[in-house]
This record gives sequence, structure tokens and C-alpha cells, in this order.
Amino acid sequence: MAERRANRDIADENDLPVYLARPGTADQIPRQKYGGLFCSVRDAFDGKSIDFDALSVGQSTPRSARRDTGQRARSPVSDAWSSPGLERRAERRAEKRAGERSMERALERSIETRSVESRSAASRSRRDKEALQNLGEQKSERLLIKGGRIVNDDQSFHADIYMEDGLIKQIGDNLIVPGGVKTVEANGKMVIPGGIDIHTHLQMPYRGTTTVDDFAQGTKAALAGGTTMIVDHVIPEPGCSLMGAFDQWRQWADEKSCCDYSLHVDITHWSDSVRDEVDALIKDKGVNSFQVYMAYKDYYQMSNSELYEVFTFLAERGGIAQVHAENGEIIAEEQARMLQMGITGPEGHVLSRPEELEAEAVFRAVTIASQTNCPLYVTRVMSKSAADIISLARKKGNVVFGEPITASLGTDGTHYWSKNWAKAASFVTSPPLSPDPTTPDYLHTLLSSGDLSVTGSAHCTFSVAQKAIGKDDFTQIPEGVNGVEERMALIWDKAVTTGKMDENMFVAVTSTNAAKILNLYPRKGRIAVGSDADLVIWDTDAVRTITAKTHNSAAEYNILEGLELRGAPQVVVCQGKIVVEDGNLHASSGVGRFIPCSPYPDFTYKRIKARKQMAVLKAVPRGMYDGPVSEYSLSRGGTPSASARTSPTKQPLRNLHQSGFTLSGPPTPDDLPIRPAGRRITVPPGGRSNITSLS
Amino acid sequence: MSDCRREWNREDELPVYLAGPINTGPKQRKSYGMFSSVEGAFDSKTIDFDDFAVGRKGSRTPRSGSRERLLDTGESNGKNPANAPEAPPSNAQVEHEGGDSATGVNASTANNTLLGECQHSKPQGEKLLIKGRRVVNDDLSMFADVYVEDGIIKEVGENLIVPGDVKVIEANGRMVIPGGIDVNTCFMKPFLDTYPVDDFLQGTKAALSGGTTMIIDHVSPQPDQSLLAAFERWQEAADKKACCDYSLHVDIPHWDETVKDELELLVQDKGINSFQVFMAYKDVFQMTDSELYQAFSFLKEMGAVVLVHAENGDLIAQEQSKILGMGITGPEGHPLSRPEELEAEAVFRAVTLGNRVNCPVYITKVMSKSAADTITQARRKGSVVFGEPITAGLATDGSHYWSKNWAKAAAYVTSPPLSPDPTTPDHLSTLLACGDLQVVGSAHCAYSVAQKAIGKDNFTLIPEGTNGVEERMGFVWDKAVAIGKMDENQFVAVTSTNAAKIFNLYPRKGRIAVGSDADIVIWDPDLMKTITAKDQQSASEYNIFEGLECRGGPALVLCQGRVVYEDGKLQAQQGTGRFIPRKPFPDLAYQRIKFRNQVNNKKGVTRGLYDGPVYEVPSMPKYITPSPSAKTSPTTNQPPPVRNLHQSNFSLSGAQVDDNVPRRSGHRIVAPPGGRSNITSLG
Repeated sequence: MAERRANRDIADENDLPVYLARPGTADQIPRQKYGGLFCSVRDAFDGKSIDFDALSVGQSTPRSARRDTGQRARSPVSDAWSSPGLERRAERRAEKRAGERSMERALERSIETRSVESRSAASRSRRDKEALQNLGEQKSERLLIKGGRIVNDDQSFHADIYMEDGLIKQIGDNLIVPGGVKTVEANGKMVIPGGIDIHTHLQMPYRGTTTVDDFAQGTKAALAGGTTMIVDHVIPEPGCSLMGAFDQWRQWADEKSCCDYSLHVDITHWSDSVRDEVDALIKDKGVNSFQVYMAYKDYYQMSNSELYEVFTFLAERGGIAQVHAENGEIIAEEQARMLQMGITGPEGHVLSRPEELEAEAVFRAVTIASQTNCPLYVTRVMSKSAADIISLARKKGNVVFGEPITASLGTDGTHYWSKNWAKAASFVTSPPLSPDPTTPDYLHTLLSSGDLSVTGSAHCTFSVAQKAIGKDDFTQIPEGVNGVEERMALIWDKAVTTGKMDENMFVAVTSTNAAKILNLYPRKGRIAVGSDADLVIWDTDAVRTITAKTHNSAAEYNILEGLELRGAPQVVVCQGKIVVEDGNLHASSGVGRFIPCSPYPDFTYKRIKARKQMAVLKAVPRGMYDGPVSEYSLSRGGTPSASARTSPTKQPLRNLHQSGFTLSGPPTPDDLPIRPAGRRITVPPGGRSNITSLS
Repeated sequence: MSDCRREWNREDELPVYLAGPINTGPKQRKSYGMFSSVEGAFDSKTIDFDDFAVGRKGSRTPRSGSRERLLDTGESNGKNPANAPEAPPSNAQVEHEGGDSATGVNASTANNTLLGECQHSKPQGEKLLIKGRRVVNDDLSMFADVYVEDGIIKEVGENLIVPGDVKVIEANGRMVIPGGIDVNTCFMKPFLDTYPVDDFLQGTKAALSGGTTMIIDHVSPQPDQSLLAAFERWQEAADKKACCDYSLHVDIPHWDETVKDELELLVQDKGINSFQVFMAYKDVFQMTDSELYQAFSFLKEMGAVVLVHAENGDLIAQEQSKILGMGITGPEGHPLSRPEELEAEAVFRAVTLGNRVNCPVYITKVMSKSAADTITQARRKGSVVFGEPITAGLATDGSHYWSKNWAKAAAYVTSPPLSPDPTTPDHLSTLLACGDLQVVGSAHCAYSVAQKAIGKDNFTLIPEGTNGVEERMGFVWDKAVAIGKMDENQFVAVTSTNAAKIFNLYPRKGRIAVGSDADIVIWDPDLMKTITAKDQQSASEYNIFEGLECRGGPALVLCQGRVVYEDGKLQAQQGTGRFIPRKPFPDLAYQRIKFRNQVNNKKGVTRGLYDGPVYEVPSMPKYITPSPSAKTSPTTNQPPPVRNLHQSNFSLSGAQVDDNVPRRSGHRIVAPPGGRSNITSLG
């Protein structure tokens, strides 16, 4: 990451600040005529291709290399072509980024192909390892998608997309592109930004083993389902270093991941050293979201006070607090009761974790977040009542986001009562699927209305043998369900084809909102010039039946087994390369890059910042109270624990404070007149003697 | 002492099942007022206490052994023997033939020797006839006179035939209502060393002058103190001083096994059926969710009502230190550190716990809109939950915390705090009127300014409590009935009847019916009064309602059959208050619970044994860290160590699965590419 900063410095040297950039160009630039549906508005597309460097958001090294425009690694072929459209785009970027544009252009035009190549090599050399590893030899892969209908979260329009170097370079009709470019005919199908699965547990260690889907297997499944980025949870063991765990996960994912990824870090315990690590993770490691647990008593669970401290800290540092919301204490009691009643099968899981406890915890988390003015993200919304609490909180203005997962959107908890133990166990996840069969429908409705914001999969697969660890005790069943592959198709089938949701909202909940929450937007989650070339040609008519035989996950069981889903990705482009085409997967392991997330995402923090300014508490200026003060003693009581003897309203610590105050009270003479009254109070009939007789 | 009372009862009483036939005796029907068209309409409403045997001890029981019951009708030569419909005239006359009323009374007191001071210390045999028009109960208003004798309502009806030496009170068309029951007072709650300025004497006087004829006080033992000892201390103090009947809630300051034993004793022998738990006051009274779960479960078994002080104490502690850190030390820090969200959160949690345990939950001191709304929603979903707003919350708001006058601002300090939202009182009285909130308490806990000044430099030290026992009924009338939100029947319900029902005092208290205690108020809806500390009965210097005008008030208060308040003059007698024991399992709270218990039996699924492959959990995980307990799975609940042993047992039992083939599939999983080496590098 240090390299990244260094890189930015270099870029800064080369760039002129934005405000010095010239307002426009005097040169004769041939305007390109944009075809398509929206061509009437000139520059319509330009305005939407946000300039990343000005935003400098969610950008890591491969992007910053692009920033020094003078040395931009420009494809020799395109240069030779000197297409006016390309030229213009380049200039527009240059205008914003650097002055001396005309000089540059002159320079650029005069430069020969070879020298460009050498420069591009030079610029590449500046990229850090990540970039090298990621781009590698496919650096100049180019791809043109023709005849598609681009669907973003805000609008849909017909246009072609030209991609190069893993980035979207042009959008428009009749693009002028280099020869030899691989062209994909979309035939009027939807082209959508690749999905972002904001919640996975790939290769998660569990009691000496790991989930059956590692980063390779899991990301392959993701790609097959149209998801081109995953965000995995780093789960450090309580007592372990967050940083160590983070590095470990990075290593695993870098080795194997087939698509870009990012990481959440779970805070499994709280102390000052953890606080420092969180700080370092936010500042240097590109993590901006941290999960805390309200469940798993005596293990991950945090007390309300700790939650308050974590939230306060994250709010200061621009992080997002994710919560696993369930009341762990009551669950522990209920579990003991269930086991006592002799219920040991998977149905005990759902019986001991009723949805009320989820709703209660969500309510509590919302309260704490609103007290600390911290954005809240509720992972795994599994029940109607929890979802209702979130939508109520949103209506009251709280900054809270809810994430239903594939399982809760696709199936319900009636399967826990299946006679087949293996089947019942495969549905075990926490919070559990609600036994109410109308839940999935309800969650889809809230997703469509925007009350729930993003979808994850919580993909965490265990083999039947692993699940069988808990065959005699449901509390031992490893928790997790599949869903990374089915996520997008499921939402399409249940929400879009039924008319609940439009295609733009579909893009929002599967991709864009996630990118916004994690501050990756618009690099991810949008088809726009400059965005990463992660996109999907979505076939709305394909019908697939989910079955464990054909799915890409390594799990033997699929919880959506037998479900017929309409809608599937026809072509998946990840990092500018076709990885899925007509059902064939060509993913290569290890190409996934870690995408750092920067703190203070606008989507969540703009409101928070404004509220912070408003919410200043002020004391009432009053004269000193100089009236009588009743006598009291803090020491009396006669029981061993002095702290327990004090008033109900305060903590032991403050008592010390208090004793200091009595000394400082110069108006002690004022006490005198009051004593008679005080005496009447302090000695209620039978009071003293009773108290002494007690001790 | 209640023990011996009961012993005595048992000897003298006929068992209920033998007493049954009495009711079927031929009765002479009386013509009852405007509702007389339905014959026996009132009979069905005058519930026979002895059948219920609820909330009845000493003073009542002589009547239940109907042989010795005093029938004043006997003295009137058997003209209207059915005046007390539940008693067969023949029986009574056999007992007291030829006796006049006075001897009857004497006989009664003789029989009641064991009742002790409470019966003897008051003038016996006072006979009163309240003539007026309207008797208002929670279910209907009727035109009737009320005849009272021996502190018990003997007859209700029109044109009653009564003995000659009866004192007649003219109600002049004003309402006759059951005396108020204040379910939440703290007359002896210690704070540091000091006690509230209103003790049982002062406090009950204030109550009586406001039309409240019974209070239920909170016994607040300190942590580590014995509940039983505290209860006895409270009872002793109250027996000496109280001017009206009282009962007690017991607060549970901590939770352990000894507390359980004490609770059992309190419920079964002492006549306590309500206990308060705290979700606030961190490190002092606060209980964790697990403790609450256990307390709820236990109290439910006992048939008690769980009172909850609902505020999130953890967050309050955090907010308090934050606010003190910001230099805010005045009373405004109190509401700032206890925002209403925290109240609503705790209410939600308490309701959730109540639902899980299937236990009735009673939220004391509902102070904010959001807390009240949470209760409303829970009731809509079917939870058995009751909410109690208090006088302060109904009549004033929290804007006074920002008063420049420290003493004034401090006077409002109570927890949960008054909501700074000025529309709160209105909202609460609306919910009260529609039945979403059920009872009104006062949380009367008056401290002098000097006592409040303990916290003059630190708001967390200000003793918490406001006045309100005297103003309670007046403000409910003023804020709800006088403006047309609530009718007079609902007024009776929220000020008296519901409380009696929830705490199992009904119908002895909370109703004007034959056989009920003669706690009666003649309510004057037109009385205008300006609240001021100068005129109040309470000993506190400050009244938080100072200057508020209040319409409606008691014109006359009858407590235990005696006139204790008439036209502004109080004639209360110290020590006349009796402790009213309460039985567990009040119907209003527990009937639904019982049915739900029957329905909610959970059953496991009967399956064949799983005989597939089982992944073997290594006894010692590879990436060892110092704390082995922390080593288990991230996704399962942390199994307590005990269960781990269990687990190892189980893997032994899995020995039958000795075919290695399925385990091989496990192998594939155990060593994912790069997996193992990574795991070791973690350690």
C-alpha cells in the first residue's frame, strides 16, 4: 500500500491540479455522433462517465498508473488509428487532470508506436505487484460488446461497449475500435454490471477444516452465476490479531480467487490493541467494513457497551459497522432448554433462534448506531420482523442497510423439519431461515421498495460429513448455506419476472448498492467509461433448474435443489475477459485482485457527517446552586462491597469523583439550616435500626 | 402475620365447594335503577368473593364463612333478607337472631380478634349511605345508592332500605367511583443515606387527598440485601404509618439461587405477586439478558407479574460518561444521557423476553412516545404486556430540564426521564384512552431540594423521583376525560380497576359492588384546582406541576368505609392502612399465558439415525492459541466446555461408521489446495 501512495505522489507531480485545468479546448475536435436511443442529448454519456481520478475513490494502483496522462499506456494500435472519438475522450480526461494539454497532445501525436510501448512498459513497471500479477499478459485484451442494452441502476440504453485492459473505454453506438477486436453480439440482450456478492465465507476455517468451497471454487461458482466480485469475511479467532487474519485471507484469496475481491473484517473481541488494528486496517489496508456479533455468547458476542465503543470508533474513522444481529444470551438459554427437552435435530436450531430474537437484536443495533451516529449494516436479514424493524428505522431516518441473502430470498425454514437429517442440516445457518413460508416473498418486496438495500449470499458451504459433526446436537452443526451462484438468477426470477422490481433496481440490489456502500462505486457496480470491465450479458429467457449435480460449488447439497429459475448470465466478462460463455466457464485461478475500499463512503457518510454537525449538545448555563445540600454518606452500608451500596444511578467510579466534590463545597454553612429538615428524612421511623439490623 | 391469619381462616371457613349451594337460595328481587329491566343484572356483577377467594385475607374471611357473617338485614326484621344476595337469610338469622346491628358488630369484632390492629383501631360499624345518582364502574355507569357498613359495600341499588342510624352522604349527582389505586409509589426508597420526604404517612395522606385509596409501594432492597428482610422492613413501616390500604411490589436487585428461595417465600406466604427487575442502573441493579430470562422463567412458574424498569443501562452508562466528559453536569444531562430510544429499545427487549418465556410483562413508567408505541405494537402482535404511564409523563414534559433554575430542573429528574417532546403527554393519554396503556401510576418519590442537591455538580447523583400521587387522578381526568378522549368508565379502569385486575385485587378493590371494600370517591368533574406546592399534602418543597390548572377532583373520599377527605379537609388516621396480600396467577395476566403454555409444546422430529459420514473434529485444532475455548467453530455457538466432552463421546459412538469411503470424501475437504499450510502459518 505504501507503493500505492508513492505512486499517487508521482502522479501528483505530473498532474496539474484540477482547478488549473483549462475550461475547454480551442482545438477543432471532430465530434463523434452518438447513435442509439439517447443520442439527442450531446455528451449525455460523457457526463455519466465519471472521472475517477478526480474522485480518487476505490482506486488502487492499476488505475493510478493511468493518471499520469503524459505516459498513459496507450495501445499502439489505437494510437495509430488516432480515432477522433478516442482522442476526444483522452483529452477530456486530460483536461480535468492536467494542464498543458495541448503540449501533451502534440507530444502524443508525435510519438511513435514503439516509444509508446516503451513508455507503457515504464508505467507498468511502476505498478505494484498486484497490478502485475493481475494484468499480466492479458493486459491488452480488447473486447467489444455490440448490440446490447446497457442497464445501470439509474437508466437503460442501447449502446456498444468497448473494453480494453480490463476497463471500459468507450460506450456508444458505432464505436471506432481497433481491428482484431473480439466482438460479442449481445443481440439486444441486457448488459448489466457484474454482480457483487457482498457476503461470502469462502475457505473459512472451521475446527481444523475449511468450508468445501475455497476461493477458487467459490469464485468460479460466483462467476458462473454472473457475480464478478465477492466480498469475503475475515474471521479472526477471538484473541488473535486482526491484521494477521487479514493477511492470511489476502494470501488465500490472492492465490486462488478468479475474480476481484474485497474483504470485511469481523471484530471478534474488543480491546485497545484491536482498536489500533482496526485503525490500521482502515488507513493502510483498504478495509472499511467491520462486522460485530451480537450472538455466539461467550465467544464472539459483544456486550452493549462494547458495541457502543466499536460503533463510536468506526463512526470516527469512517468505517461501516456490520452486525450479526441475534440476541446471543437468550439463544443460549433457549438452546439449553431445547436440548433439555430432548430436541437435538436441526429443527432445534430454528426453535432456539426464533425470529423475534433477530428482530430484537436489530432493534438494539439500530438504537446503538443511532446513539453513536454510525452507519449500520445488518448482515443476513432472514425474517419478516427483522426486515420490518429495518424499514421502520429507515423511515425514522436512521442510516441502516439490510442485506437479505440468497437463502432467505429463495427458500424458507420448513425444511428444518425434514425427515432427512442431511437435508435438514444443510439449511442450518444463523439467523435461521424463517419457517414462515411467506418470508421470501416479503423480503423481495422490501428489496424492491428499497427498504432492504443489497443482497449477499453468505455462501458458506460444508459437506454433509462436516454438517454431521452435529448429528446428535444441533448446536454443533456448522452453520452455512450455499447461494453465491444462484443469487442473481434467483432475484431475477422471484422479483423481476414477477413484476415486483424493474431491471434497474435489479442492478442496484445485486451490484450498485453494494459498490456504493463499500465506496467502490463507480469503479464497480456501473457500466460507464472508466469502470472496470466486469459485466454480464443477461439472458432473461434462459431457464435453469438448480441442482447439486450441475452447480459449481463443491457442496453435495444445494438448498435450492429443484428450483426452476428464469434468467441466467449468457456471457460474463470479468476484468475484460470472457469467463463464461454459453455455459462454459473459463476462469483462471489467481487473477482476482484485492480491491481496497476507502473509508467514508459518500453513500453512507454524507448524512452522518451532516448529522454530526447538527448534534452538538450544550449545557445550560446556570448560576451555581447555592442552596442547602442534604447530608449523605457514600460509605455507610456495612456490606463488604462498597460499590454495591451506592445509589442506583451511578457507577462506582463516579463515587470517588463525588467525594471530591463534598470537600470543594464551600457553602457548607448553608447546610446548617437544612439539617433539621434533612434529619427528618434521614431517620425515618424504624429506618436506621432496620438498616443496621440488616447488615 | 399473614400466616397466622390464614391458619385462622382455614379453621373457621367452610371450604368453597361446600359454600356453593348458598347462592342458589331464593332471593327477593329488588328493583334496581334504570337497568332493572334485566332481572339479576346486578347480581351477576356483584361477584361473590368467597368463590373467588382472591386477594382476601383476614378482614374479609369472616364473611366467607357465611355462618357467622353479620347480616345487618337481620336487624331490620328480615324485611329484605336478600339485600346481600350471596347469603341465605335463614342461615344468618340463625346466627344472629334478635341481634341488633351493634351487637352484630361486636360479635364480628370478637370473631376477628386475630385480625389485630387494623380492625380495632378504626371506628367499627360505621354505616354510610351514599345517596346520589351515578355509580361509575369500569364497565358501566348506573344510578344507584351505595350502602356501606364495616368498611365493606353492603348494598348497591335504588331505594335501599337501610338501618336508621345511618349517616347519609349526598352525592348530589356527582360521580361515585371506586377509589384510585396507585400502582407505583416509592415512599421508602433509599438513596445514598436519605429517604424520600414523603414517607408512608405523608405519602398516603397525599394519596387520599387526591382520591387514591390504595397504593402499591416498591420495596427496594439494595443489592446483597435480603428481599425478605427488606419486605418486612417495608411492611413494618407501612403498618405503622399508612393511612390507606397498601400492598407491595418487591424489586429484585440481583439474581441468584438465594433470591429464588426468597421469591418463592414471598409469593407463597407473604402475598406478593409482582416483582420488578431492572434493565438499567449498570453495575448496581441491572441484569443481563440471561439473568432476565431466568428471572422471567422463574417468576412465570410462580405466577407473578414481572415489572420491568426498561432502559438500556449499558448505553446509558456510556452516554453518561460521554456527557460528563463534555462538561455537561446539570440536570439537562439526565435526559441527554437517557434518550427515549434507549427506553424503547429496552421495552422491545423486555417484550421479546416475555414472548420467549411466555410470561406477562408489565412496563413501569412509560415515559416516551416510542416506548409506548413499542408496547402498542407488541400488543397488536398478541404479547401479554402492560404499560404504565405516570402522572409526570401525562401532565408535563422534559423541557423543564433546561430550566435556568437548577432546583426546578432537578425536581423533574426521574428515570426514564420525561421526554423533551412536548407532544408526549398527549400521545400517552391517547394510548391510555384507547386501552394500549392500561394503568396510571405516579412513581411518587419525593425528595427535597436539599436532597436533590446531592447531584448539584453531577447529574448522575441527583436522586431520581417526582411527585404525583396526589395529582394522579386529577390529571387523568383533566387531560383525557375533560377533553373528551376518554369516558368516565375508562377513567375508572385506568385509575383503579385495571390495576386491581393485573395485581389480583379485583373485585375487592377497583369496583363498586356488593362485597367490595368501601373505598369510594365522590368525584367532582367541575372542581378547578391550581396545583401548587403550598397546598399540597406532600412534604416536598417543589411540585413539578406547579401552576398547572387541573379540572376534576375528589369531593369526598371514603377509605375503608370512613370519610377521610371531605371538601378539602383531610381526616386520615395514621396506621389504619392494612397490608393487602395478593395471590399469584392473576387472571388478567395469566389466563392467556396458561392457554399458550398448553399450545406451545415443541416437539422434535423423529428421524432415523444419521448414518452417513461424519467429519472428525480434531481434538486439538492445528492453529492453537492460548485460549482453547476460543478455538471452536466460528459459526456454531460456543459450546460450553461440558458440551465438548459430550462431543467427544459422540465421536466414539460414531465408531459404527467405520467404512472409510465416506471419510475419504472428507479428506478432500480437509486439505484444500494450500489449505493446511495456510492454517499452520496462522498459528
